[in-house]
Amino acid sequence: MTLTRPIAVLGGNVLHLLAAIGRVVIFAGQTVSHLFRPPYYHREFLQALVQIGWLSLPVVGLTALFTGGALALQIYAGGARFSAEAVVPSIVAIGMVRELGPVLGGLMVAARVASSIAAELGTMKVTEQIDALVTLSTNPMKYLTLPRVLAATLAVPVLVAVGDAIGIFGGYIVGVTRLDFNAAAYLKNTVDFLEFWDIASGLFKGAAFGFLVALMGCYYGMNSGRGAQGVGRATKAAVVSASVLILAANYLLTEVFFSA
Amino acid sequence: MIELRDIHKSFGTNHVLRGVNLSVAKGESLVIIGGSGTGKSIALKCILGLVKPDSGQISVGGSDVNTGDRDTFLARFGMLFQGGALFDSLPVWQNVGFRLLRGALKRPHDEARAIAVEKLRRVGLKPDVADKFPAELSGGMQKRVGLARAICADPDIIFFDEPTTGLDPIMAGVINELIREIVVEMGATAMTITHDMTSVRAIADKVAMLHNGIIQWTGPVTDLDNSGDPYLDQFIHGRADGPIEAVR
Repeated sequence: MTLTRPIAVLGGNVLHLLAAIGRVVIFAGQTVSHLFRPPYYHREFLQALVQIGWLSLPVVGLTALFTGGALALQIYAGGARFSAEAVVPSIVAIGMVRELGPVLGGLMVAARVASSIAAELGTMKVTEQIDALVTLSTNPMKYLTLPRVLAATLAVPVLVAVGDAIGIFGGYIVGVTRLDFNAAAYLKNTVDFLEFWDIASGLFKGAAFGFLVALMGCYYGMNSGRGAQGVGRATKAAVVSASVLILAANYLLTEVFFSA
Repeated sequence: MIELRDIHKSFGTNHVLRGVNLSVAKGESLVIIGGSGTGKSIALKCILGLVKPDSGQISVGGSDVNTGDRDTFLARFGMLFQGGALFDSLPVWQNVGFRLLRGALKRPHDEARAIAVEKLRRVGLKPDVADKFPAELSGGMQKRVGLARAICADPDIIFFDEPTTGLDPIMAGVINELIREIVVEMGATAMTITHDMTSVRAIADKVAMLHNGIIQWTGPVTDLDNSGDPYLDQFIHGRADGPIEAVR
């Protein structure tokens, strides 16, 4: 009995995890299936686009600006060890568009958007607004989930693109003002070493991260427990799971895109 | 009109409904009473398909609720939720006219607004309330807006979940009167859940008491005071002593 107990606990946890993954996959499948089945709620989609895309721009932009600047300083200091200071522009650009732009942008959007979606939908659930939608012949998945998930999937790559540009600009400012790079040479090095796939892979990652962020927000919001504590738990779970999934998905996508 | 036959529903080990049998005739106003947590709201939600019963059969107008087009089925219903359940992000008139702005009952924007404002007037609210947001309204006004939303598409059947909870006695009286007037005026079938005995006497044609997962007593509202049922007597007189345990 005592010997088998740890195995039973482990088995129980594994089953619990698999069931949770199954529920999320079914939820994602249902969400995507509504993309091909009208009606569509255009107004809700546009509102979500503004909330997720436009209003996330300041936080993503600031994150990228400071990250680009810090990256330039780090690469310069590290590169100096083997006389490779000149690689700063190209490494800042590649680092931003391939990794830091999408990952940090995704994480910032996760913090801002997954939490807000989960709190909003969780509150709607506990105040019976989601039940009210059903009684008003409106499918909550179509009205609440699909517009948010679609908007995030489309908006986050745009945020990543803007973040990439701002991050590279941050590196440029530091490079030119603090590290004595020639402005024209810095820009030329940035452009010359960037390839189309560097940028495209980052944008693709952004789309995947946007999908995951909104999906987690909606999933935990729609399945929120009762009361303030239930909504609080849903919000926390949405942010944590979205962040972990972004990092895991980033590794998998990097393997797929760039492994030899 | 509405018939529930042997409805069972459990949540884990909590067996909430243990064989509910109930019928409501067309145009009748039934009020379900019973203690907190006895499954009154669950029974209503089972009819609407918001909660799936474990077993039993529910029919509306002779048709099983699980057959036929779901949107057409739901278009027959209006519901006033306990807390109003108004959508925070929409102004009042869009809450009221929600059904008229999308889906099968969609009307032009101006027409939907005009109908919503008229329904607001019907529940005693001025047109200037139409452009406010739910958070700007008092509890009583939110209930009225919820009531206007419930009747906006002229449903055949209206459900009222605790319509007077949280309201002062005067506002509760106003809501009770409105419900009675609207139900009679529209000829709608109504089901109401309440603990408020003033509401019961104001709204009901027929009363059903849900206790321990079954309908303990049902009869016309006129028989409420001489039912001879000890459970009903204890409930309507609010006595701590009796067959219903005060500590649940």
